[in-house]
Amino acid sequence: MTYTVAAGLGLLFAVILDQLVLRTNLLRRKAFWAAYAIILGFQLAVNGVLTGQRLVVYSGTDILGARVLYAPVEDLAFGFSLVLQTLAWWVWWGRRDARRRASIARPSPEAASAARRPDPTDTRRSRTR
Amino acid sequence: MSWIYPAVLAGCLVATLPLELFLRTRVYARPRRLLATLVPILAVFLTWDAFAIHAGHWRYRHLLGARIGNVPVEELAFFLVVPVCSILTLEAVRRRRPGWRIGDEEP
Repeated sequence: MTYTVAAGLGLLFAVILDQLVLRTNLLRRKAFWAAYAIILGFQLAVNGVLTGQRLVVYSGTDILGARVLYAPVEDLAFGFSLVLQTLAWWVWWGRRDARRRASIARPSPEAASAARRPDPTDTRRSRTR
Repeated sequence: MSWIYPAVLAGCLVATLPLELFLRTRVYARPRRLLATLVPILAVFLTWDAFAIHAGHWRYRHLLGARIGNVPVEELAFFLVVPVCSILTLEAVRRRRPGWRIGDEEP
């Protein structure tokens, strides 16, 4: 498998995580794309230094050969996958916390009514008390 | 041996620190959520890195020399720093554009 193929799979993995697994749907949110645009600028700068200084060297037979600021284009897919997966997990954990807090603040109608009237299957025990 | 790689990563952390201090992004202030986010990212990307090094997709020159398996410690730092800076950026966007929903708001 070449880096080109691996980068494509990495991109697909991130999209599936966001759209189908965690269902965070960041790909359709303005805030995500605004953040990604900012991150992309810094990514190109950081990657440019690391590849321009030849701290990281790529195998010529495993990439397409097109480069953006010294770095192979495949790095754009790698970086996008890293950012999307990170933000999807961050939002997923945040959504989980938010739902938990909301259910403590105001319980669901079923839970609230169950708490008010005694459980019908529990009558025998409640009579003896 | 080169200090460029660690210096670049340190620069990323320093450059994004004002977001936490002055824009109140509250990323470092939520360490459990941050850690829970970083664990799956490290698992996936250290695996990818180890595979890519093994497959010869890329190699490293002039690094500090310490490695975890075949992955240089600089790469471990990279997969911690870049996600943290990305989250800080998203939270900064949220602070500046409160109307843009992200999906983790109170229901």
